[in-house]
Amino acid sequence: MHELSICRSIAGIVSRHAAGRPVRVVHVRIGHLRQVVPDTLAYCWSLVVEDTPLAGAELRVESVPARIRCEDCGRTETLEAPVLRCGGCDGTRVSILAGEEFLITSLELAEA
Amino acid sequence: MGRFHRHDDNDHGHDHGHGHGHDHGHGHDHGEVPGGRFGDVIGDHSGYETGTERVTVLERIFGENERTAEANRADFDAAGVTVVNLMSSPGAGKTTLLRETLRRLHDRHRIGIIEGDIATSLDADRLEGFGAAIALVNTDDGFGGECHLDAPMVRSALPRLPLSELDLIIIENVGNLVCPAEFVVGEHARAMVFSITEGEEKPLKYPVMFRTADLVLVNKIDLLPHLDFDLGAFYANLRAVNPKAATLEVSARTGQGLDAWCSWLTTVTARSPGAA
Repeated sequence: MHELSICRSIAGIVSRHAAGRPVRVVHVRIGHLRQVVPDTLAYCWSLVVEDTPLAGAELRVESVPARIRCEDCGRTETLEAPVLRCGGCDGTRVSILAGEEFLITSLELAEA
Repeated sequence: MGRFHRHDDNDHGHDHGHGHGHDHGHGHDHGEVPGGRFGDVIGDHSGYETGTERVTVLERIFGENERTAEANRADFDAAGVTVVNLMSSPGAGKTTLLRETLRRLHDRHRIGIIEGDIATSLDADRLEGFGAAIALVNTDDGFGGECHLDAPMVRSALPRLPLSELDLIIIENVGNLVCPAEFVVGEHARAMVFSITEGEEKPLKYPVMFRTADLVLVNKIDLLPHLDFDLGAFYANLRAVNPKAATLEVSARTGQGLDAWCSWLTTVTARSPGAA
């Protein structure tokens, strides 16, 4: 249940950037290679912000598919499963191009 | 990653303003923001179009943990101590393995243990008697019953260990195949204990944990004749998510493979920066 601590981290960062202004939407970008369950994240977010100035702020997740590039044949592909193997040559020397993102991208603040 | 990005234009077909994230329309604010809802597309929220200021953040969610992990790492390196983060699911045999490890290594290395446990000192108690310095971190003790150790929790244990007198610290993380993998704590290496009673598909189900391990100990290998466990399939699954991890077949109960594991620890201890 690390979604709870993830949400605490998000709330801390958001509060600092919002500096007391009301927050409507928190945009986060999370790669598929992160083992984060979106529904659990949403639930934990509602728990963490309840009775705080962030209550009612919506957490909106931009999900980033995992993409790899094969070091041997140069092929790039988007992964359906977290299997780090080239779909072209079956090589395992692959680098991860996307899918490990884990950041808060922006906030939408209500103008006071 | 340094560019302001607005994914919702495509998803939602409306615009929040350009580039700087500011949109200074006034007086058209009808929309109620649904509280705490998740979704890539949530109907009409045209209310956001006005009276909304967009603020770019671009901050890593684990940034604070990572900064604390760096501080831990600096302290470890300054003290010349090597730190191994030991992770597994509950019941995979971490504590038994650690006990047998201390039995074999306590004459050769000065060892400290950081013992993460949600509520008890049972595991820490089992490690007594081999001269190791043990610091227990109960994660429900002011940390909200967490299922993992994070960098601040490990930091809280450091004053209770004689860092400069130690060669090696083994962190016994909370038994969990998901959460500990996401939290760096300042360790030099990550080892995970996988028990063959868990099933060969586990690397595919818990890829983050298996992907971050430098070494995977395949534990309870003495039970192989009694199980339907397909060792070849397990290694294929492990290679699929982590082609680079070293592996060792061990049995903490019979002692099989433990000398190789202790050699691995000794090698890691010798090559870490700051190690004497």
